[in-house]
Amino acid sequence: MKSEAEVKTNYRVKKQKSIARIFSNHMLLTGLVIIVIMAIISVLAPFIAPYDPYAIDPLNRLKPPSVEHFFGTDDFGRDLFSRVIYGTRISFFIGAVVAILAGVIGLIVGLISAYYSILDHILMRIVDGIYAFPSILLALAIVAVRGPDVVNVLIALVIVYIPSIARVVRSAALVVKEQTFVEALNAQGASKWRVLVIHTIPNLLSPLIIQVTFVFAVAIITEAALSFLGAGIPAPSPSLGNILFDGKNVIYHSWWMTVFPGSFIILLVLGLNLAGDGLRDLLDPKIVNAKRKKSRLIKTGKKVGRHGQQ
Amino acid sequence: MLKYTIQRLFSLIPILLVVAVIVFLLAHMTPGDPVTVLLGDEASEEAKAELRHELGFDLPVYTQFVNWFTGVVTGDLGMSFFLKKPVTEVFADYLGPTISLAIYAQIIAIVISLFLGVIAAKKRGTFTDQTVMGFSLLGISVPSFLVGLFLILLFAVQLQWFPVAGYRPLSEGLWEHLRYLTLPAIALGMMQAGLITRMTRSSMLDVMKSNYIKTAKSKGLHQNRITYKHALRNSFIPILTVIGESFGTLITGAAVVETVFNIPGIGQLIVNSIERRDFTVIQGTVLLITVTYVLLNLTVDLLYGVVDPRVRLNRKK
Repeated sequence: MKSEAEVKTNYRVKKQKSIARIFSNHMLLTGLVIIVIMAIISVLAPFIAPYDPYAIDPLNRLKPPSVEHFFGTDDFGRDLFSRVIYGTRISFFIGAVVAILAGVIGLIVGLISAYYSILDHILMRIVDGIYAFPSILLALAIVAVRGPDVVNVLIALVIVYIPSIARVVRSAALVVKEQTFVEALNAQGASKWRVLVIHTIPNLLSPLIIQVTFVFAVAIITEAALSFLGAGIPAPSPSLGNILFDGKNVIYHSWWMTVFPGSFIILLVLGLNLAGDGLRDLLDPKIVNAKRKKSRLIKTGKKVGRHGQQ
Repeated sequence: MLKYTIQRLFSLIPILLVVAVIVFLLAHMTPGDPVTVLLGDEASEEAKAELRHELGFDLPVYTQFVNWFTGVVTGDLGMSFFLKKPVTEVFADYLGPTISLAIYAQIIAIVISLFLGVIAAKKRGTFTDQTVMGFSLLGISVPSFLVGLFLILLFAVQLQWFPVAGYRPLSEGLWEHLRYLTLPAIALGMMQAGLITRMTRSSMLDVMKSNYIKTAKSKGLHQNRITYKHALRNSFIPILTVIGESFGTLITGAAVVETVFNIPGIGQLIVNSIERRDFTVIQGTVLLITVTYVLLNLTVDLLYGVVDPRVRLNRKK
């Protein structure tokens, strides 16, 4: 028998090891640092931004970066740094809300499909149907029809990204369902809900979290693209996409209108993708085998699902 | 093979049905009365009633769906309000530049990524490898319209090697055509290039471990011959999967890139139709692109059987 103290130290060692693993995983670490910085910028935007992002100053139109205006000014003389900070806030907010909502709804849809075979057929046909659309196109059409505003952008993005999460949850749940420990629990007479909530969902968390991270990144890209096409966040609200849209018209002489908001999008998405890749390596030690299996499946001609990326 | 093809075609029917229902519902997702949206608030009641009747909005929803669906199956996607032309005709008018752009982008992506992927695999673990992988991660992360904007800044505004925007049809000469399409095609192909580079590298590394490569080495074959003739060829199936899957996304990605470069393709058509609130065009375009996308994916799937005889044999079992 181990003494209690020994068990505790073992636990501590294990915990230290997993923290060490996070630190040794450079991708994850870099990604997390970028995300945290962006999150801080988004939350503290009102304190960081030196000017009101809506304040128009016709005398200072399209001024290059200077000490007063770090990123220069836009075509209305508004301070670009403040607008980019607020734009990051909106993009981050939209990405996060879409990731959470699509994650929760996708989890529910995936679980229902895995456990009720009658509903499975109906739900999966709908999911396949939505999945068949190129995501940006469907989102664009929904916003176009409903009119551009924040809520409609959110609705469109959530609808578009539920399927990718529901599919991952469903296939993971089907695997867990067949495992011996679930059989054992059922044999012991554990209730269906107990098996589902306490034993199944925790086992689905790592694929779910990984997929949610990718949805977060893709949602930010799609929102930027929608706003850039004029079917996203409407002016005068700043969003990284619509600043770029304004910047395109003046690209010949005002490079700062493109370079700064563009770099913020790249940083955001790079951070999320790095974190997603890193998390996958960290949470799923089977990944090395799975990758091999995937290439083997492709070699034998079986279709392998796409994940996350557009 | 024929049986399998037919089977796969049948499995598409429910998916395409759901797609049709969603596209149909799009027109009913307008907040408020779609007719008011189209005619504006000041329109008279009679004018509204007339348009409502013309569009069939006064019928029950499922009758509307049946009517619309029968039209779709027979190739009638309705009329554009704004252009007063059938949607299919409008679509055909704008299709050329998009296809041209997508194909050009695909070629650029394949050439760049096969080259980089093979180099990364050969120099695995070195600085070159890491640079290539970093480049591919960047390619995957950066949205194509942003790449387009940066390319314009660098190559059109600063260096003035290429035009800032615009389009010249093929009829004005291949050189002009390509000169205007090069920047958009690079912008569009970057993500594909990133994905294919990754797949080429990992697939090459897999193959390099196999016994027949060892045999080839011990036979004393030249390194280049082993890499290009034996390894690259055998690692082609996973590469083909990525290429196939990504060609569909190229067509939609083209829509966004076109707006950056003012190319009169499908993307421009969609954006213009959004501004004009021309819902039938939006509906029709979304439906046509999605169906193309689904069929392209199926074609790629079926092509594996042609490229790799092992796939065919496995299916027979």
